[in-house]
Amino acid sequence: MTPEEEKQVRSRQKSRAIVTGLILAGLVILFYAITIAKMGMH
Amino acid sequence: MASSPIDVKSNAADPTFGSGGVMPSDWRDFLALTKPRVMTLVVFTGLCGLLAAPGTIHPVLAFTTILCIALGAGAAGALNQWYEADIDAKMVRTANRPLPAGRMDRQSALHFGVGLSVFSVVLMYLATNWLAAAILAISILFYVIVYTMWLKPRTTQNIVIGGAAGAFPPVIGWAAVTGDVTALPVALFALIFFWTPPHFWALALFVKMDYANAGIPMLPVVSGEVATRRQIWFYTAIMAAAAMAPVLLRLTGPIYGTIAFLCTAIFAAMAFQVGHRRESDPAKMAPEKRLFKYSILYLFLLFGALVVDRWIFA
Repeated sequence: MTPEEEKQVRSRQKSRAIVTGLILAGLVILFYAITIAKMGMH
Repeated sequence: MASSPIDVKSNAADPTFGSGGVMPSDWRDFLALTKPRVMTLVVFTGLCGLLAAPGTIHPVLAFTTILCIALGAGAAGALNQWYEADIDAKMVRTANRPLPAGRMDRQSALHFGVGLSVFSVVLMYLATNWLAAAILAISILFYVIVYTMWLKPRTTQNIVIGGAAGAFPPVIGWAAVTGDVTALPVALFALIFFWTPPHFWALALFVKMDYANAGIPMLPVVSGEVATRRQIWFYTAIMAAAAMAPVLLRLTGPIYGTIAFLCTAIFAAMAFQVGHRRESDPAKMAPEKRLFKYSILYLFLLFGALVVDRWIFA
């Protein structure tokens, strides 16, 4: 792999890691909100 | 997201990587795998089913329901692309999708699709009820197994029966609120079910060669254009009956009745024109393209009217 190729791979890995992190953070908030909503129903 | 290192030697879409390294798929390719544009109508009809249902649902749970419908539809789209990668490569319309373009390996698409399917169904169950989760699971399995794997490569009636997969969202939205399925969601299911053939065959008429090249037995390819045009008209008549059924059964009020009658009359006029034309040059198929575009607007208008009607009169 040439340095340019390696740079592109790292860049793609970084963007995937950021998106995955954002999705996980969103899920944490969603599950918290679902729990509160369900508790309010009982 | 699934890890997806692919051999760059097979990555035809990116010729700069030709020295044997690995190139992970971009996150945008995973997004493209879910067919986000097709999802719009699915999400909208699901939302309308939820809003038209009697009873109340917590806004967070309503949001989660729609999210699950979107994720389920995305998962089904991903599994469809996983299974049809070879066919997609032969069609102009689909050749640039992540798998045929070589930007992703098939195993990653499979893992992503299965994972998203399971997640959407489990989340639906946790947020709402088992019925909504079960219907969501059935709709995903129906689209992937019954439509994609079984019907599509075998019969000209593929999109007639397969259309049921796209008809489930309003039923899921309704079931998430009420925990049951009554006459109105069944009528909405029937409306989308009978809307699918004229909608899809209008498209198939002007992209016929694409399907022919890919070996998909779409109706215009196997039975010809005259038969397809006749079938478009035939299914439009049944769809019109399904569109007016909620009014005739007194399940909706005058707003839906008026909008449904007017929009269906326009649909029928356009389908009549398409049904009686004899034109095989895709470049001259303006009425067919108009019918295809209008059919999408038609569903938006009817479901929008349904929600307004139910809020005012139910």
